[in-house]
This record gives sequence, C-alpha cells and structure tokens, in this order.
Amino acid sequence: MEQRSIPEIEREIVEDFALFDSWEDKYEYIIDLGKKLAELADQYKIEENKIKGCQSTVWLKAFYNDGKVHFKADSDAVIVKGLISMLIKVLSGHTPEEILNARMDFIGEIGMMTHLAQTRSNGLLAMIKQMKNYALAYKIMQGTKNE
Amino acid sequence: MVLTDIRQQFPILSRMVKGKPLVYFDNAATSQKPQQVIDALTHYYSFYNANIHRGIHTLAEEATMAYEATREAVRDFVGADATEEIIFTKGTTEAINLVAYTWGRQNITAGDEIIISGMEHHSNIVPWQILCEEKKAFLKVIPVTDEGELSIEAYKELLGSKTKLVAVVHVSNSLGTINHVNEIITAAHLVGAKVLIDGAQSAVHLDIDVQKMDCDFFAFSGHKVYGPTGVGVLYGKRELLEDMPVFQGGGEMIKDVTFEQTTYNDLPYKYEAGTPNIADTIALKTALDFITAVGKDKIRVHEANLLAYATAHLKTIPDLSIIGEAKDKAGLVSFVVKGIHPQDIGVLLDNMGIAVRTGHHCTQPLMKRFGIPGTVRASFAMYNQPEEIDVLITGLHKTIKMLT
Ligand SMILES: Cc1ncc(COP(=O)(O)O)c(C=O)c1O
Repeated sequence: MEQRSIPEIEREIVEDFALFDSWEDKYEYIIDLGKKLAELADQYKIEENKIKGCQSTVWLKAFYNDGKVHFKADSDAVIVKGLISMLIKVLSGHTPEEILNARMDFIGEIGMMTHLAQTRSNGLLAMIKQMKNYALAYKIMQGTKNE
Repeated sequence: MVLTDIRQQFPILSRMVKGKPLVYFDNAATSQKPQQVIDALTHYYSFYNANIHRGIHTLAEEATMAYEATREAVRDFVGADATEEIIFTKGTTEAINLVAYTWGRQNITAGDEIIISGMEHHSNIVPWQILCEEKKAFLKVIPVTDEGELSIEAYKELLGSKTKLVAVVHVSNSLGTINHVNEIITAAHLVGAKVLIDGAQSAVHLDIDVQKMDCDFFAFSGHKVYGPTGVGVLYGKRELLEDMPVFQGGGEMIKDVTFEQTTYNDLPYKYEAGTPNIADTIALKTALDFITAVGKDKIRVHEANLLAYATAHLKTIPDLSIIGEAKDKAGLVSFVVKGIHPQDIGVLLDNMGIAVRTGHHCTQPLMKRFGIPGTVRASFAMYNQPEEIDVLITGLHKTIKMLT
C-alpha cells in the first residue's frame, strides 16, 4: 500500500470528524483512540521522555529508521492519549522534512482547539512542537551523515 | 434553600458555556463578581480616576478617600485594631512573600526552624523554602492524617526553641479542611514563634477576627472574596510591622529621600511602594460590603447545605472517593474516580458547561501524600444552587460512562 502524505491523512481525519454531530461522539472517538494506542514500553517511560504539564503526564519517544521518524507515546489521561494518537497517526512514518513541513491545521478544523490544545506544557501544540524537534534533530543528523 | 435571588446580581452566571447554562464550581480558584463590584470599577475609571495620596485636586482626594475607605473596611472585616495594620498587596502570594522577604530576612538565622503544614498551597511553601535556603534554616512539615486533618500532636512535637515561625493555611483549597488555627497559634506562641495564617480560602467563608485568633500575620486575596483580581491584604501586628525592614523601594513608601539617605514612611505606606492597584482596591470594599450585607452566617449555612448535599450524592457514585473528610470543612469537595484521570473528567464536564477544577491545585506535596495525581474539585459559593449539584452528578455519571 502506498504511503499517504501528511496532508492526505489530515484531510481524512477532518472528514471523519465531519460525520460526528455531537461533542459526545467526537470525544468517544478520541477516548477510543486513547484506549487503543499502542503501548509505550515501560523502559521509555522515563524522565527524559516526559512532557510534564500541570495536570497529566505525557511520554513521547521517537525512533528513526529508513529515513523515517516513528513516534510512540503514552499518557495517564485517556483524552490526551487519544489526541496524541491522532498526532501519531498523522506524523509517524514520515521523513523529518515532511514532519517539519506539516501544517497540522486539522486540529483547528475538527474543533479540538480548546484549552487542551493550548495548555502551555502538555497541550497538543507543545506535543507537536516536541515531535517537530525530534524531526529537526534527525534532519540535522542526516545532514551530518551525508557530509 | 436560601439565597436563590442572589444569582441575578452576578451577570456572568447567566451566560452559556458550550450551549449550556454555566455551572460554576471553581470558586476556590476565583469567585465571580456581583454587579456592584463591576460597577465600582467602572465608576472609578469613569468619574474619579486619579493617583492617590499626593494630588491636591478633587479627583485625587476622592480617589484617596475611597482607597483608604477600603483599608478601613478591611480592618473591620478581619477585626484588626488599627488601619495601619492593613497593607495592600497584589494578593495572598505577595503578602506571604512580603513577610518572607522582610520579617523573614530580619529574623531567621542559621539553624532556625519554620513550620508549615502538609496541606499548604505552593504560595505558602516556596517563599519559606527560598528563605530557608538563603538563611540555612529548616522547613518542618506538620503531617496530614488520612481524613485530611492536621495532626496536632505531631505539630506540638515539631515545636521547639528553634521554631521561629509557623505558617499554616486556615482552610485547605484542596481538601476543604478548616484547620484549628487557634490551637496552632497558642502553641506556637508558647515557644515564642510567630504565626502567619494563609487566609486565601477562609476569608470568604469564616468570620475572621485576627485579634481573637492572635495571629501575627494574616493574608488573603480580593478575587476570592467576590472582589477584583490584583489586590490582596496582609494584616500584621503593628509592633512587628513597625520593626520590619521595608519590602520594595520607591513611591509612597518614603518620607524623605536624599542621595545619602532615605527615611521611610509610616505604616502602612512603608510597605506600599509605587502606585497601587487603586481601582481594584476601591472595588474590594464594595465586595466586602456585599458579603456583609448578605451575611456571612447565612452564606455559611447555605454553603454547608450545598456541601452536605454534594457529598451525599457523590458518595452514591461507584468507585468515587472523596479526598479530605475532615470533621470541619468549608464548602468544597475534592474527589477521585478509580481508574480515571481527573483531567479527563474535567474536560468532559466542561463540554456540559460545568466548571470544576482538576489537578493538584498547587498543593503537589499534598497530592503526593494521598498518592494521587490530582483531584476533581467542586467548590461552592453563595450563588450556587442544589440544582447545579444535580447537574454535576448527572454529568459525572455520563462522564464516567464515556471514560470506562
Ligand atoms: C490556600 C491558598 N493559598 C494561597 C493562594 C494564592 O492566592 P493568590 O493566587 O490570590 O495569591 C491560594 C489560591 O489558590 C490558596 O487557595
């Protein structure tokens, strides 16, 4: 199966969300995603991988192989976990370049741009920033390897 | 239940949130403001906005009089002996920091001990940690029981000749516990220690009489007593305030400045550097008058009823445990639901227009004590109604169902 681009996946999520007509449906979908998110092995649940916020804790770990970045994450709060699951769905398995260029407009479009998205330290925006930081680090690594 | 009519005086309470009528249960964080308080602010800016104390023109005089009238109202509200003992600050946090930086720096030396409790807000922990680090002094902590009360026996064992200060919260913002401060203060004084009471949560619920209590310092915030943000109060005993060094320099706090030497102003101005928060301070009087007019007794009965009602209903929810079951509690209830993160509950309740607080409530050591990441907290005010608790309970059932 051909790998879909980040904008394509984003569009698909927006279309999925357009089918929900209540906030309950949206949240039930996100909670479900949270429950289904592949587990992050305990060995990665360390201080270094923590995005520590005021409320819930998020662990985020990136792996790099074949020129693609793969993300794994976990959180003690299930809604946050569901939201991260969407981020992973969009960004994981792409090149650092693609990740750095991702606009991530879908978050606004699906109506999840609440305080949860903006909370300073573990909001969605902070998480996206962290994911892009990983991508940037791998991109720089790539650059140095090519020299 | 009484106080149903009071809601109309709070314009914000008729707004909708996410398409539903707002249920505001985050009063311990900040209370909503009655129309009178909002009017006092606009009236000041519309009619007599002027800097205070120095001006000789009419507006300056009116503003100064209104500002000083608040000081008198606060004196009365906390039962202080003299208006000189009432110092305006930004809030509780600044009031505590003021004491730490002035009295603390002057009186704490290496090896001294400061006692706080295990249920303190970060605002009554961190300033003392900073001071202890600077002075090589020690911070001792009164343990909290499983019910969420302070262990008075343990406290008495901590007290000793090295104890210089006891700083404790009057009403816990996370548990609702009303601490028996009279006993705490008396015991501290027996060993010659001074006592600071963090009244951030008590000023709105309890009758405050600093003279009866005999505390040395008492701090509270305007925004938690139906008043504006950005203004708070430090009460201090006059002899202490007289002896303490100044806090910040400049503005009203001086008597005479030459490049060689500055003499400081008298109390309370000595501690009020720069142009203060005039409008909000003026409106604080309106808030205090408002509370007095409604009657703290009446408010207390109302909030106690809400607490009892909420507690009884919460207890019927499976897997829900109330954190903090002290015998004496103010109108707030904290709880956790097994297997569910408090934040998830808060997010879903918000979608139903219900505002609760979730998290550690700036009392991280206390959360650690109970082994939880945080709680869901519903805190009540005079305008809350039992029907709103019904909405919360229904919302909780729905929330828990969605999350499990
Ligand atoms: C017990 C307690 N102490 C101190 C504070 C700090 O008050 P402020 O933020 O108004 O300075 C609060 C506010 O949440 C509190 O509940």
